Amino acid sequence: MSSITAQRVLAPVGTAGRLFAFGLDVGRSVFRRPFQVREFIQQAWFIASVTIIPTALVAIPFGAVIALQVGGLIKQFGAQSFTGSAAVLAVVREAGPIATSLLIAGAAGSAIAADLGARKIREELDAMMVLGIDPIQRLVVPRVLACMLVAVFLNGLVSVVGVAGGYVFNVVLQDGTPGSYLASFTALAQLPDLWQGMVKALVFGLIAAVVACYKGMNAAGGPKGVGDAVNESVVVTFMLLFIVNFVMSAIYFQLVPPKTG
Amino acid sequence: MGVEIKVENLSKSFGKQLIWGDVSLTVPAGEICVMLGPSGTGKSVFLKTLIGLLKPDQGSIVIEGTDIATCSERELYEIRKLFGVLFQDGAMFGSMNLYDNVAFPLREHTKKSESEIRDIVMEKMDLVGLLGAEDKLPGEISGGMRKRAGLARALVLEPEIVLFDEPDSGLDPVRTAFLNQLIVDLNAQIDATFLIVTHDINTARTVPDNIGLLYHRHLAMFGPREMLLSSEEPVVRQFLNAQRVGPIGMSEEKDADELEAEKDQELPPLPPIPLQLEPSNGLSRRSQRPAGEWCREHGVVPPPGSFEQNMSMAVGV
Repeated sequence: MSSITAQRVLAPVGTAGRLFAFGLDVGRSVFRRPFQVREFIQQAWFIASVTIIPTALVAIPFGAVIALQVGGLIKQFGAQSFTGSAAVLAVVREAGPIATSLLIAGAAGSAIAADLGARKIREELDAMMVLGIDPIQRLVVPRVLACMLVAVFLNGLVSVVGVAGGYVFNVVLQDGTPGSYLASFTALAQLPDLWQGMVKALVFGLIAAVVACYKGMNAAGGPKGVGDAVNESVVVTFMLLFIVNFVMSAIYFQLVPPKTG
Repeated sequence: MGVEIKVENLSKSFGKQLIWGDVSLTVPAGEICVMLGPSGTGKSVFLKTLIGLLKPDQGSIVIEGTDIATCSERELYEIRKLFGVLFQDGAMFGSMNLYDNVAFPLREHTKKSESEIRDIVMEKMDLVGLLGAEDKLPGEISGGMRKRAGLARALVLEPEIVLFDEPDSGLDPVRTAFLNQLIVDLNAQIDATFLIVTHDINTARTVPDNIGLLYHRHLAMFGPREMLLSSEEPVVRQFLNAQRVGPIGMSEEKDADELEAEKDQELPPLPPIPLQLEPSNGLSRRSQRPAGEWCREHGVVPPPGSFEQNMSMAVGV
């Protein structure tokens, strides 16, 4: 009886370990030739095509909400000249990577998990292994790299659209002046903010793709198993991304001193 | 030329449930073997263990000096290039049409030009009777066609060992007969080692050189076709002749009461042993033995009427 409870308690540890081991396998396979250029480009195109429009549509209200919140707050402090700067900070540092990660996990990750899960239950992955082809190298590595690449670009897209959205709201709806909005961009924000946003997006893309591939390749029990795999992959990715985002932000604040003046 | 598969003391269980234990057999190079067993005795698991998709708990599978049960991932991928496997549902890649499916192993593993690939693919498609269906997607064709396409893909790399997972399930009797003839012809042509997992006794009685029977978590018997077909061993006899009387029950083995109840029932006589299927070009296969040779050598009298031309294929009546 006690051993059964112990097994139950330790099961999540085992799953986490297997996920990590899978990640290491993927890392090792990245350097194995031949690299699947074609699959990589196809996947990058596919992921971009399912995420670009939703990302842009999410980014506009994201930037607007930040502009509304920050704009109101900053008015109370009497520091309207910093509105633009605050919006840029919020969008580039946090909103960009988070919106990107939500879209990558929700749109790209679920598509990847569904695709690989369907292949798994139809024995296509087995067939591939039997033909002497490692599915990790052939299918997973291109997907992971494509996801990372697209995540970085999406992050850029969110930043631009978010800041533009903020501009529109601030200038048009809150009667801010265009000049002060633009001029204050560099008051608080600095170049490392941009870098850390990109690094975050890169890491989020990696995590989302690895989790989606892991869940998809371990789907079991027929069509229902595929549905479960997709569901779990999205939930697990979200949780991981928010934790990792927190950790990375904390590290960033330790490493990079805030800009003064 | 074909490669020998040597299996020793193989055991596999899922959790606490033993699937089969202590399986030892040697699949001789270039011969056709059939692995039989009631549904749910782990025949497919056995096949997947042979190609290293599942790791056995114990024992070894030696192919060309490499033990599949313990070798590294990289060696496994090398060894697998010797194999061609026909999966139950064909396992075609759903996103590619049949042509690309069959060409896939060639494109991945060889540096052949597209025109060479086209020649090989078309030859294999012709072999399985699928010429003209190259542009179809796997979702658009029937199960039987998927199976044949899977066979074409399994053969495209000229494998030394071909494994068939229930080639005859879901096929009509005519297509099954054609497929069986195709298997025999292929064996004559490429001399590879064939292992067929099935529960179609007609196939088992006429196609192979050797038969194995998995039953009740162990390998009940493995040996030449004539040995099993003339065997008086209750399980083998019951299964190969599709009878209700015997140790195998509906769910698993029968319990003591059921066995007691049928204790006095007369077992029907063994049906005659049919002739082995011969290659359609009339030449005999390298591993083929003359009909009745095993029985003569071992002093076994085959059931009356054995080895006659044009005998009825009906069994178990």
